[in-house]
Amino acid sequence: MNAALAPPPSAPTPSETPTHYLNASYGFRSWLLTLDHKRIALLYLASITLFFFIGGFYAVLVRLELVTPAGDLMSAENYNTAFTLHGVVMIFFFLIPSIPAVLGNFLIPIMIGARDLAFPKLNLLSWYIYMVGGMVAAYALFTGGVDTGWTLYAPYSSTYSNSNVTATAIAAFITGFSSILTGLNFVVTIHKMRAPGLTWFRLPLFVWAHYATSVIQVLGTPVLAITLVLLILERSFGFGFFDPARGGDPVLFQHLFWFYSHPAVYIMILPSMGVISELVTCFSRKKVFGYGFIAMSSVAIAVLGFLVWGHHMFVSGQSVYAGMVFSILSFMVGIPSAIKVFNWTATMYKGSISYSTPMIYAFGFIGLFTIGGLTGLFLANLGLDIHLHDTYFVVAHFHYIMVGGAVMGYLGGIHYWWPKMTGRLYPEGWARFSALVLFVGFNLTFFPQFLLGYMGMPRRYHAYPEEFQVLNVMSSAGASILGVGYLIPMIYLFWSMRYGRLAPENPWGAKGLEWTTPSPPTTFNFDETPVVTEEAYEYVKEEKH
Amino acid sequence: MWTGFPLFPEAASTIASGVDLLYLFLVVVSVVFSVGIFGAIFYFALRYQRKTQDEVPEPIHGSMILEITWSVVPFLILMVMFGWGTAVFFRNFHPPEGATEIFVTGKQWMWKLQHPEGQREINELHVPVGRAVKLTMATEDVIHSFYIPAFRVKKDVVPGMYTTMWFEPTKVGKYHLFCAEYCGNQHSGMIGTVYVMAPPDYEAWLAGAPRGETMSQAGERLFQRLGCHTCHAADRPGRGPVLEKVFGSTVLLADGKKVVADEMYLRESILRPGAKVVAGFKTQMPTFQGQISEEGLMQIIAYIKSLESKERTTTQ
Amino acid sequence: MASDAKTATSLWSGGGSPYAIGSKKFGMWLFIVSDMLTFTALLVAYTYLRMSTATWPTPFAFSPSIIFSTVMTLVLLSSSLTMVMAVHSMSHGDRGKTVKWILATMVFGSAFVILHMMEWMHLIRDEKVTPFSNPWGEPLFGATFFGITGLHMTHVTIGVIYLGIIAAGVGRGKFTYEDVEVSGLYWHFVDLVWMFVFPLIYLMSVKM
Repeated sequence: MNAALAPPPSAPTPSETPTHYLNASYGFRSWLLTLDHKRIALLYLASITLFFFIGGFYAVLVRLELVTPAGDLMSAENYNTAFTLHGVVMIFFFLIPSIPAVLGNFLIPIMIGARDLAFPKLNLLSWYIYMVGGMVAAYALFTGGVDTGWTLYAPYSSTYSNSNVTATAIAAFITGFSSILTGLNFVVTIHKMRAPGLTWFRLPLFVWAHYATSVIQVLGTPVLAITLVLLILERSFGFGFFDPARGGDPVLFQHLFWFYSHPAVYIMILPSMGVISELVTCFSRKKVFGYGFIAMSSVAIAVLGFLVWGHHMFVSGQSVYAGMVFSILSFMVGIPSAIKVFNWTATMYKGSISYSTPMIYAFGFIGLFTIGGLTGLFLANLGLDIHLHDTYFVVAHFHYIMVGGAVMGYLGGIHYWWPKMTGRLYPEGWARFSALVLFVGFNLTFFPQFLLGYMGMPRRYHAYPEEFQVLNVMSSAGASILGVGYLIPMIYLFWSMRYGRLAPENPWGAKGLEWTTPSPPTTFNFDETPVVTEEAYEYVKEEKH
Repeated sequence: MWTGFPLFPEAASTIASGVDLLYLFLVVVSVVFSVGIFGAIFYFALRYQRKTQDEVPEPIHGSMILEITWSVVPFLILMVMFGWGTAVFFRNFHPPEGATEIFVTGKQWMWKLQHPEGQREINELHVPVGRAVKLTMATEDVIHSFYIPAFRVKKDVVPGMYTTMWFEPTKVGKYHLFCAEYCGNQHSGMIGTVYVMAPPDYEAWLAGAPRGETMSQAGERLFQRLGCHTCHAADRPGRGPVLEKVFGSTVLLADGKKVVADEMYLRESILRPGAKVVAGFKTQMPTFQGQISEEGLMQIIAYIKSLESKERTTTQ
Repeated sequence: MASDAKTATSLWSGGGSPYAIGSKKFGMWLFIVSDMLTFTALLVAYTYLRMSTATWPTPFAFSPSIIFSTVMTLVLLSSSLTMVMAVHSMSHGDRGKTVKWILATMVFGSAFVILHMMEWMHLIRDEKVTPFSNPWGEPLFGATFFGITGLHMTHVTIGVIYLGIIAAGVGRGKFTYEDVEVSGLYWHFVDLVWMFVFPLIYLMSVKM
């Protein structure tokens, strides 16, 4: 913490390289023991990228197997392991930490005019906990994997599976603490460390989204933790919480699991919505339409998210009246989601719209999220869900939300703040091209799955009847395009870190405190605490200054 | 429909068309909303494309009227969806009176089906067209889910309980039967075929299928073998409650509560005799947990049900 | 910790906002809320299983079981009292007294754990209760009993270690009033959880 405290007092001349958080100190120690939220964000960036490609590798295996109806590429056992590890790695080790731990970590303190998070040591500890969880997951993966599906339903997981369920549950349990502590850190930071004048309703919507996300992380994750503990106790020692022969109840596991895991999908999508709010307003160069409604809809989604878990269990033998209540509450989630989409669209009205790469991602997000959200209504619907439950329709729906929504938002955010994070610009042409490739590849991969689902193809099938082949081949073909779409940004972003053009302080002409700091920022972000005197996104003509 | 590239599964039950209509309604609403939003985005993106780098548009702060409109209108549409969906669900929830009963047991990785008349099938189900069929389902191991896409029906089969579902086929043909809940290694092999047959064909099948004893006969044999008859005997009451006409009746329990003696209650009383003891009796009965398969349980229950109507022959 | 412009003034200057508290204290409150959900989930699961089992055993005789667990409860309650005294002493800047009161709290806390272990050993050895079986049927009785009390005991044990670290630091002149108060919050939370565990696990299982 004592290295290179203050930048030179005068503005640096272009010839000399200014001191910033990346060159303030060097060496492994300076990274592995750093308390700087920006460096920790980059540690997360490196680790979740690694996990993203591990999870992606398993997705490739799954899609390859499904090219032909027969289970001929790999054994059923390996296929089951592949889709399980795809789910576990992508959800617990990529999607949940992705935007909060990378972009949130990097930006929240800067956006609110603080020097760091409230608990920098806790922040570093969270990363180490995440890495320990990741190591345990890697152990589970390399010693045979796990074949229960990421949902770990009892009694298959607790009694019948011969795979590494315990190690996987321990990995998810450990990573959960990282999530809780990050959420806790964000809530305290947003409450306590806002710059003078930065009132709640002047906060960037990115911060609001993260506030709602953090509350879910703090309240939901412990329930998953105790559920996993009960599962481990049952599997390893024979406690009978979920075993009907001992008076337990397998449906209890589903209740406990979804009480966390449904809100968890909002942990994944809300931060992405926060990113999109920033992108749409910046590249329309216009104040966001209905600021208060977008902010409050994040909170509404967080609250409603805790009340809808039972819609995963419409055919599990829960009471029909419980089903009705969960159905109507699930429909309610549609309203704040719709409010967001309408407000983003309205923000563009009479704006000054630029087609920069992040905005292309924002267009993609809104389109795919709209489809993902609307198909969610099919599944919230009691009458339809009976047919659609556990089919490819569900797979398509949540990939539209998780990949089309969360990952598009993540990539849009990475591109948008890349100049701030690295001080370099990426090649715009390549970036726009890969965004389009991703969009096309994504739709080709997942749209056929909606049709497959209504046709009745169950999910998690290693082999399938022949009439489903055409759609499956389309999906696998799309997946190969999608894969290319992920590799291109990986390459040019990495390339740009060294060879990209130097980024100015505010390359997009955006509003927000993060764009008032140098690119990349200094270790302590601001030389002196900024004072905020205006609302968020006050784009005004120059001459009015 | 295209062959090789169909978009709809066959609709072969009384409820399928209702589900499809609801599906089409949601598709239409989704398309209208998507087209509206995509159209607006395309239009705005083209119409308000940035002309010069330093242009700054006039700010618009929002509109309460618009916000309320686009909250209330979706709300109303959502309520229509909810109401319609729930109506479809409830209409399809309760089996009609007099449905043919078939008993299903899921087991890694096969479906075992028993007809009351004694025919037994594995991964195949023969049913007559135009007659309602009620399935009572149990599992020997993990959760499975009985799914016939052409009928638009699905229900999980959960350890420790019976679940039920029903359907009425409307079209003669062969249809897929899937396990929809992931159940381990050969999950995708836990599939079968439902044969919907014209009544004469069905009768012929019934006559031709290998049939041993009926379910209640098998249950009676099991009842004797496990020694149940030593305590539950109509002519020697005292140690255990008399089982004649018990099925469907309301039973007074030792703790003063009342339960209806349905399949679930009989199952529980066999596996966990102490759970709900009939008033006037003590828990002397041993548990049969682990000593009797789910199929055997269904047979014994079928036997107890049959006691409703016929007098028991004591010398068997 | 990073310096914080907004809280640079006295943490206890008061004010209208309930959030006008130190970051550490706020963080601990959030942690407590989070941990409370752990126990809530477990106790809800217990209640659900118990409600759906008509033959749930109620084996605890008034003597010795309930008397013994009541003593445990009193020990834990006393520890909360000594913790209040520790925080009070620290507010007067009396580090010596603070350390003594924290040590007293740790003694009570450890006594609770020891008594609890004695009770466990009694149940396991003499009554033949394990998480898998017990003489009264319903194997879940043991599983929930050891699961819930075990989780709570883990929390008490962590609390004693945490207080040990705080006491050592306070003795050497480290840590502020806020640190002591925050550790007190955690300790009271652990006590409060017991006030739910005690009736749900013990009092509702009294032999009638």
